[in-house]
Amino acid sequence: MLKIENLSVDYGSRRVLHDVTLSVQSGEILALIGPNGAGKSTLIRAASGVIPFSGQVRTNGDTFHALTPIQRARYIAVVPQAISLPPAFTVWETVLMGRTPHLGFLGQTSRADETLAWNALERVHADELAERRVGELSGGERQRVLLARALCQSTPILLLDEPTAHLDLQYQMSLLELTRKLVREDDLAVLIALHDLNLAARFAQRIALMVDGRIRSVGAPRTVLTPELITESYGWPVDVMEHPLAHFPLVLPR
Amino acid sequence: MPRPLLLSLSLLLATMLLSLAIGSVFIPPAELLKILRGAGEETFAIIVWNIRLPRTVLIALAGAALGGSGAAYQGLFRNPLADPFLIGVASGAGLGAVIAMSIRWPYSFWGLMAIPLAAFLAALLTVFLVYQLARVGRIVPTTNLILAGVAFSSFATSLTSFLMIRSTDEVRRALGWLLGGISLAGWEAVLSLIPYLVIGFGGLLLSGHALNLMQFGDDQAQQMGLNVGRARAVILAASSLTTAAAVAFAGIIGFIGLVVPHIVRMWFGADYRRVIPLSILGGASALLISDVIARVVIAPQEIPVGIVTALAGAPFFLWVLRRAKNQGYW
Repeated sequence: MLKIENLSVDYGSRRVLHDVTLSVQSGEILALIGPNGAGKSTLIRAASGVIPFSGQVRTNGDTFHALTPIQRARYIAVVPQAISLPPAFTVWETVLMGRTPHLGFLGQTSRADETLAWNALERVHADELAERRVGELSGGERQRVLLARALCQSTPILLLDEPTAHLDLQYQMSLLELTRKLVREDDLAVLIALHDLNLAARFAQRIALMVDGRIRSVGAPRTVLTPELITESYGWPVDVMEHPLAHFPLVLPR
Repeated sequence: MPRPLLLSLSLLLATMLLSLAIGSVFIPPAELLKILRGAGEETFAIIVWNIRLPRTVLIALAGAALGGSGAAYQGLFRNPLADPFLIGVASGAGLGAVIAMSIRWPYSFWGLMAIPLAAFLAALLTVFLVYQLARVGRIVPTTNLILAGVAFSSFATSLTSFLMIRSTDEVRRALGWLLGGISLAGWEAVLSLIPYLVIGFGGLLLSGHALNLMQFGDDQAQQMGLNVGRARAVILAASSLTTAAAVAFAGIIGFIGLVVPHIVRMWFGADYRRVIPLSILGGASALLISDVIARVVIAPQEIPVGIVTALAGAPFFLWVLRRAKNQGYW
C-alpha cells in the first residue's frame, strides 16, 4: 500500500501542493481528479521521487526519502502519458527496460527477466508488437507498452498519469479494464490521475478530488462526485445522475 | 562473437592495413605482413614502424574517440545533431589545448600529458556553457543547441587564432594541427593519449544502459531506477575526456562523431549498449579512410584530414538527417 502524508511541493517561492495526505490500499484503484493545473501530475512526480517535496511517502514502513532511485523503483512504477517516447527502440527493448531496478548498472538481463517481460507483454495483449519500433505504434498501443513496462518493474504500487488522454473510446475502456484486471490479479495499489470523471466513477473504488494543490474531498465516487462539489471545483454547472444500467454516478455538464 | 561486432572489427583491420600500405611510398600487402612479423625490407620496415604505424594507431584512436563521444553526446542531449564539433566542445577543447601549448613545459613529455588535460577542462566548461545557453526549462531544443554550439565555437576559434598569432613560432604547427593534420604522430603521442582514452572509453562503454533509459527523459529514467544526475555526470565526463584527447592530438575534426553513430543506429538499432562500442570501432575506421584520402588526393602533398571529413560528412549528414526523419529513428 501507498501512504502519502502531508506532502507539499514548492516551485520556487510558489507552493503548488499543500499538505496532501492520501493512502491507497493494496488491491484498490484510487482515481485522482481535478481541473487542469490542480497538481495531479505534480503529485505523481513527487510521489515517484523525481521532484523534491516535504512530507512523507511511505509503504509498509519504508520511507521513500531514505531510498535511492533504484530502491524506490522497486516499490513504485509509473505509467506516463505516451506523448513522446523514443521512437527507435523496439517494443521488446522498451518493456525489458522496466526490469532496470532489478539489474546492475550495465542492464544485463537474464532469462528470468525476459520471461517476466514476455509475460507482461502478453498480459497487456501486446505480444504481437514485440519486434515493432515504438515510433510505428498507435497511441493506444504505446500506452499498453508503457503499462507492460511498468508491470515488468514488479512493484506493489502503480501510478498512472492520465493514461487515457488522447485515446479513443475503445482504447480508454480496454486500458482501464486491463488495469482493473491487473490490480485484482496482482493485488496492486493504484493511483491514477484521470481527466474523465465518468471513467473515474466507473473504475475507481475511491476518488480524490484535487483543487489548487489541495485535496478537496476523498471517498467513494458517490460522495465525491456531487453536483455541488464538482460545480464548484470545475467552475461549470453539472448534474449528477445514476447510470441507468450500472451502479455508478454519471456527471453531466449542463 | 555477435555479427555487428565482427563486421566492425574486420572493417577496422582492413582500414588499418590500408593506412599502413598507402602513402608517399606504396608498401605491398605481402611486404607489410612480413614487416609486421618482424622481417621484411629495412627501409620499408622503418617507414612502417616509426612513421605509419604510430600515425595509424593515433588516427584510429582519435576516430574511435570522436565516434564514441559523438554517440554519447547524442544520447545525453537526446538530440541527433549533437556532435563534439557542432556543439562547440571540439573548439573549446582546441582552445584549451592551444593555451597549454603556448606554455613552455620543462619536459616535453609532461607538456604532451598536459595538453589533453587542458583540453578536457576546456571541453567540460564548454559543454556546461553550451548546455546552459541552449536549455529551455528541462529540454534542449536542437536549434538552440546548434546555435549555442556554433556561437561558442566561433568565440573559441577566434581566441585560439589570437593566441596562435601571439606565439608566432608555434603558429605553423598549431594551425596544421587545428585543421586536423596529425603533426604530433609518434609513439610518444600515442602513449600519452592512452590513459585518457582508457578512462574515457571505460566510462562510455559502461553507460549504454543508462543512455537507453535517458532516452525516455529524466523523469521516466529516474522512475525506472536510474540515478540520473550521477549517470549524466559520468557520461559527460567520459565523452568530454575522449573528445579532448582526440582534439589534443588530432586537431578539430568534424562529422565523424555525427555520421558514424547515425549509420550504426540505422544498421544495428538504437540500443546504446551496441551503439557505443560500434561507434567507437566505426569511428576509427571512418577516420582512417578519411586520412588515407587526405594523403592520396593531391599526393605527394597531404591535406588536413578535417577537410576530408567535413567535405564527405556534411552532405552525408544532410542525407542521413532526411532519411532518419522520414523513418522515425528519432
